[in-house]
Amino acid sequence: MSITYLEAIREAQAKALADDSRVFIYGQDVGPFGGAFKATKNLAKEFPERVWDSPISEDAMVGMAVGAAIDGMRPIIEMQFADFSTVGFNQIVNQAGAFYWRTGVRCPITIRLPSGGTPGSGPFHSQCMEGVYAYYPGLVVVTPATVEDAYSMLVESVALDDPVIFCEHKYLYYHLKADALPSEALPIGKARLTRAGRDMTIVSYGAMVHEAIATAETLQGEGWEIEVVDLRSVKPLDTDAVMASVARTGKLLCAGEAWPWGGVTAEVITRVATEGFALLDAPPVRLNAKDTPVPYHPKLWSVHRPTSETMAAAARNLLRS
Amino acid sequence: MVETAESRTAEMQGRSWKDRVLQAFRSMMMARTFEEKLTSLYRGGKIQGGVYLGRGQEALSAALAHSLRDGDVFAPLIRDTGGRIGFGEDVKDALRTYLGSPLGPMRARDGNVHRGNPKRGYLPMMSHLGSMIPVVNGVLVARRMRGINGTVGATTIGDGGTSTGAFHEGLNQAAVEKLPLVLVVVNNQYAYSTPTSRQFACADLVDKAVGYGVDGRSLDGTNLEKCLEVLGDATERAREGHGPQLVVASLLRLCGHGEHDDAHYVDPQLKASPLGRDCLEVAESALLEKGWSDAVSLERWREEMREHVESAIATVQREPSPDPYREDWTALASRHLCEPYSESEG
Repeated sequence: MSITYLEAIREAQAKALADDSRVFIYGQDVGPFGGAFKATKNLAKEFPERVWDSPISEDAMVGMAVGAAIDGMRPIIEMQFADFSTVGFNQIVNQAGAFYWRTGVRCPITIRLPSGGTPGSGPFHSQCMEGVYAYYPGLVVVTPATVEDAYSMLVESVALDDPVIFCEHKYLYYHLKADALPSEALPIGKARLTRAGRDMTIVSYGAMVHEAIATAETLQGEGWEIEVVDLRSVKPLDTDAVMASVARTGKLLCAGEAWPWGGVTAEVITRVATEGFALLDAPPVRLNAKDTPVPYHPKLWSVHRPTSETMAAAARNLLRS
Repeated sequence: MVETAESRTAEMQGRSWKDRVLQAFRSMMMARTFEEKLTSLYRGGKIQGGVYLGRGQEALSAALAHSLRDGDVFAPLIRDTGGRIGFGEDVKDALRTYLGSPLGPMRARDGNVHRGNPKRGYLPMMSHLGSMIPVVNGVLVARRMRGINGTVGATTIGDGGTSTGAFHEGLNQAAVEKLPLVLVVVNNQYAYSTPTSRQFACADLVDKAVGYGVDGRSLDGTNLEKCLEVLGDATERAREGHGPQLVVASLLRLCGHGEHDDAHYVDPQLKASPLGRDCLEVAESALLEKGWSDAVSLERWREEMREHVESAIATVQREPSPDPYREDWTALASRHLCEPYSESEG
């Protein structure tokens, strides 16, 4: 048996629905149609009362989830694309994110954001929003990079008593396969040492983890041992794991698919520079997408975001410094 | 003096129309009395931030709350002091929120009109207009999913709030889901300083009901009995499963947007028109005319309410202010997921 990243997301939701009658799924086309990406395929058939279509109303989708959550339910909201969550932004950051702080009443919501670029998706179906949501207090923001994490972190997200922004990467939906669903998992908040090394650390998350692994493999052929850290969740950020890796290697490259101003890579580098400056043998390096909207044509897109080629080039510079 | 959920339910179940009117009237009077004291506190520099009054809207707001039952959900907006009191809010909790007492429901973390008690179905508004409509929808959906029937959710919005995307999304969602939502649009003629002519172009806001596929009603918001009658009908229709009820009430805001605003821009002709009547005066005259109360009783109530509010102020002013060094600076219920800086740099 093999299971894709996308199927793992569906299975996690099926498990959440089966295990807990408070769980429901609400979003555009998630009902009988099974979702734009089929992440809810057959779930409306199995749980007709708890999986249904919303109007195209991102604000009302999230607002409704807040009301249901504070009244005891555990909603999962599917945004059709992460990009469209901007229409529900106010309810996510001001209503859901602030509710527990303001009132002491828990607001357990999981908002799934199909994130990141794929060839031909263009400016409004490709965005990475994790840095934007991580900026706001009161939200947990996760970025699974593996099939196993997509499953276990979604199950855990639904069980948490806080709003969780679940950034599932569309590029990994079909590309990534595992033999089976995991029976045990690292908890949210813990980074994973994906690959051990000694010469340099690449910190990454989401689809970029796979570019980092490819980079490490390329550089292994050149005699370098590269360590790869998968953040898994960007808020909270596992600073200890990053620092421990940098302590071993002395060099840090941080790569993200999001835009370059601020965001996760800036946060990682800030933390290492302020708390672990002495661990660094060279200035840390950031790699991000270009500071333009995400381009439509695959040729343009192929250089807009970091890839294993640009990552390897940046890594070589850093290794020689 | 302060109404409770139990007394509301008792009222709905058996009390006479006269008693219902009197009960709602007392909420109105309490709201006015409380707000007058609030203004004094504000002018005396005792309140941080703004003060937002519901002067002129007490009849409508109180009537809405007194049309609800125990277990119903109410998401008031800034001018709903009458409704908040009618829904059972203790004026001490209102004061605690204005004066920033950590013993209040918002624990000094949020202030003035941003207060509520979600566990009692009293939802705390946030500032972004229209955003509470889908939240009320969500509570109603949750109740329906758990098989709890007969809950009504009520919320209010101003003429300006109808221009937001959230209003549209929320009302449409309620209509699609056929939820027992009572959405009261309070057309008080101004959104801060903006007149309705710059807010919408339809002849009457109630015309929107047809577009959303929901029941619509218009109402003179200065007439307490009319408010009780129409809102009583609307809540019962919602409760019986007829879907969302849009009620558009016309009146005039008899104060500034907040107490910092002198409202010089309000058209004098509007003030002189029937819209500009003070609903509390209208209700008092009606009570006297019908012989349901007399001048002595009214004055006694007013005096009792003043004493009640003054005693609440004295209590709350003696409460401690929040200690920023002992505050729990964590925004997540999952404490193990708080970033370390949440605790170390607080």
